[in-house]
Amino acid sequence: MVQYMSARLDASFAALSDATRRGVLEQLGRADASITDLAETFQMTLTGMKKHVSVLEQAGLVTTEKVGRVRTCKLGPRRLQEETAWIERYRQLWDARFDELDKVVEELKRKEKVDGRKNRE
Amino acid sequence: MAARTESEVAPIKNRTTVERKSERELVVTRTFNGPARLVFEAWTKPELFRQWWVPKSMGMSLLSCEMDVRVGGRYRLEFAHGDSQAAFFGTYKEVTPHSRLVWTNEESDEGSVTTVTFAEQGGKTLLVLHELYPSKEALDAAGTGAADAMGETFEQLDELLVTLGASAGRS
Repeated sequence: MVQYMSARLDASFAALSDATRRGVLEQLGRADASITDLAETFQMTLTGMKKHVSVLEQAGLVTTEKVGRVRTCKLGPRRLQEETAWIERYRQLWDARFDELDKVVEELKRKEKVDGRKNRE
Repeated sequence: MAARTESEVAPIKNRTTVERKSERELVVTRTFNGPARLVFEAWTKPELFRQWWVPKSMGMSLLSCEMDVRVGGRYRLEFAHGDSQAAFFGTYKEVTPHSRLVWTNEESDEGSVTTVTFAEQGGKTLLVLHELYPSKEALDAAGTGAADAMGETFEQLDELLVTLGASAGRS
């Protein structure tokens, strides 16, 4: 599970490391668009835009659907904002810290109990 | 199997949440299974603080930890990460035992002000850590900084994904 999560995060970070792909996410945040639309907006070839969309799709950030001859792109089920990946990374840091803090608090509680017993004796 | 046994014995782990409240604010929340005075103690006694502030997964070690926890008192933390070292320091602005701590981060001009509140209910403590940055850019920089160490790995993975994407596109 942890490995799966971190693989997903790696893919998200990788997908977000490119300015064009971040632009595509912003664009799709406003409205769904076809690959042709996106290629025009970002002044790229269809092949180039297909590659970018494919990276975003593999990271779960974008889904595509082909209707007739047009492939429409929309934000993926995760609907990650650009910053969500680093917020998750930041959360993991605090979570790791707080797991250690849990141990310190447990130890303090245990000591208090022992001291309390001693004081009553 | 060993991990599973351990998780069955361990108390239920509380969830850590992080939320970007505004362009300049981050809020971290977490509940601890103990009274506020003990959680507060763990934040204000250097010998306890250093036991948890730098978890192993950070890949850093804490070289020194000085904390003069009173209004106007200063703190200084020194870290080693591989061959490089870094120091974090600032001043305590508010110290209200068992309920509130405020300090500044002065290692850069773009440092945040951190407020930690401890609210006890039924023997548990809800901790809220609030960071206020001087600008949106400062918060963005701090956030991406957390992921910077992995930057190179991401770039390599990025190239791999493009290659994979290209071959998937052909099929």
